[in-house]
Amino acid sequence: MPLALLKYGFRRKYKGDKYFPEARPLRDTYDVVIIGGGGHGLACAYYLASDWGIADVAVLEKGWLASGNTARNTAIIRANYLTPAGVLFYEESMRLWRSLAGELGINLMYSERGHLTLAHSDAALRTSRWRAEVNKHLGIDSELVGRDEIAKLCPEINLSEEVRYPVLGALYHPPGAIARHDAVAWGYARGAMHSGIEIHQQTEVTGIKSHVGGSIELETNRGSITAGTVVQAVAGMSSEVARMAGFKLPIRSIPLQACVSEPLKPFLDPIVVSGSLHIYVSQSARGELVMGGATDPYPLYSTRSTLDFSERLMANMLELFPFLENAKVLRQWAGIADMTPDFSPVMGMTPVSKYYIDAGWGTWGFKATPVCGRCMAELAATGKVPDLIRSFELERFGRMEQVGERGAAAVGH
Amino acid sequence: MKIIDCPLNGPRNAQEFVCGGEVRQEPSQDAAIDKWADFVFLENNLQGVVHEWWCHVATSYWFIVTRNTATEEIIATRRPDEFFAGLKQTDGTGSE
Repeated sequence: MPLALLKYGFRRKYKGDKYFPEARPLRDTYDVVIIGGGGHGLACAYYLASDWGIADVAVLEKGWLASGNTARNTAIIRANYLTPAGVLFYEESMRLWRSLAGELGINLMYSERGHLTLAHSDAALRTSRWRAEVNKHLGIDSELVGRDEIAKLCPEINLSEEVRYPVLGALYHPPGAIARHDAVAWGYARGAMHSGIEIHQQTEVTGIKSHVGGSIELETNRGSITAGTVVQAVAGMSSEVARMAGFKLPIRSIPLQACVSEPLKPFLDPIVVSGSLHIYVSQSARGELVMGGATDPYPLYSTRSTLDFSERLMANMLELFPFLENAKVLRQWAGIADMTPDFSPVMGMTPVSKYYIDAGWGTWGFKATPVCGRCMAELAATGKVPDLIRSFELERFGRMEQVGERGAAAVGH
Repeated sequence: MKIIDCPLNGPRNAQEFVCGGEVRQEPSQDAAIDKWADFVFLENNLQGVVHEWWCHVATSYWFIVTRNTATEEIIATRRPDEFFAGLKQTDGTGSE
């Protein structure tokens, strides 16, 4: 590999591997149409080809490839959830993550940093202990640690007791990681295209009609398409697209904001999360602190940034890392999160035959990209719901069988 | 959307309010479970003009906000009695 790099480095005319071929005309029919060209949709396309040999697939993206929540998340990957269904699902995702860069031939900068969820109250400690026990029972590396260990793992955290919310302990999850989110989408897109799958950007679905026992007709801004099977993966716009297909979802669209600091000397090794202080932060390979907080206080379909968010986030950041008081924020942005009542995703069948949904990814979707793409591909290929995602079906709400992940999926509760 | 004009307290900072979700009809007590599941869990989650319950926290006062979820504009704030009286004159669904 290094020799090959050297060879290309000296070659004047080397153009590199083309990631995205020119736009092609849209065909009239496809076996499978995936609505949404984000990480999830592209992963589903990739696994349809690689696992099931299905290449008559079109991915429709209304904007640019991976320009939605795939590019807006804070790139944290972990499996220390609360319910067995959640833990097993995300653990499978982490297993796929570890070999993904090699499989896709792209540097994902997958970096296992360790993940600390700080507890500042008895209630938070109790939830951490609960999560640690569920995790250990299912073979996940996860444990409750005290203040001494936190000081060793992350000496930069302010462990003073003379603050509003002193740190009492933490849930420590050594395999917690971060990855380069854009590269994930590009890698899957390139892999899918190599198998002949078409990716159409600037192609927006404007209407959906299903024919009894048969195909599904999609109206787009570039003409209509007939699809044998449809997978909807449009986090943020899930309710609007589902409305076109004729059903309702248990989702509120709420903005989630995040920001990065200017690049700083590397000082923060683990990913640090605090539910009570509503923050999560990691330091990227470039040295920027990637920071996020709680979702906005009301539903909205706008990706504007607010001062309320950054003020509150910084006040809490400074409680944990007082030495950052002169650090500057480089940029701030928002994504639209699909918030579900139980803080778990919605994957699987819908009331429309052969129309499958991948939604409800709230603030926890990026880490699930490989496993979700793979499970949705299996569902689209076989028509059968894989065991790994059975608990997350839309129907669970009709049966009052929620998968309660609030204590592990969100900050600000 | 930084100031909300509360029908009881006048214009106040938006941080003093909480959103209580869209205005919708509660099913009858003996309605089928799927009607209740729909009421409890499913959302219209419309991109556009919606009618919602909002509460001014300091005074525990609930009222109706009509706002646009795409542009983040508040179109109207009304007392509940005023809002529901208006509904009776139209189609009763709250849609405009």
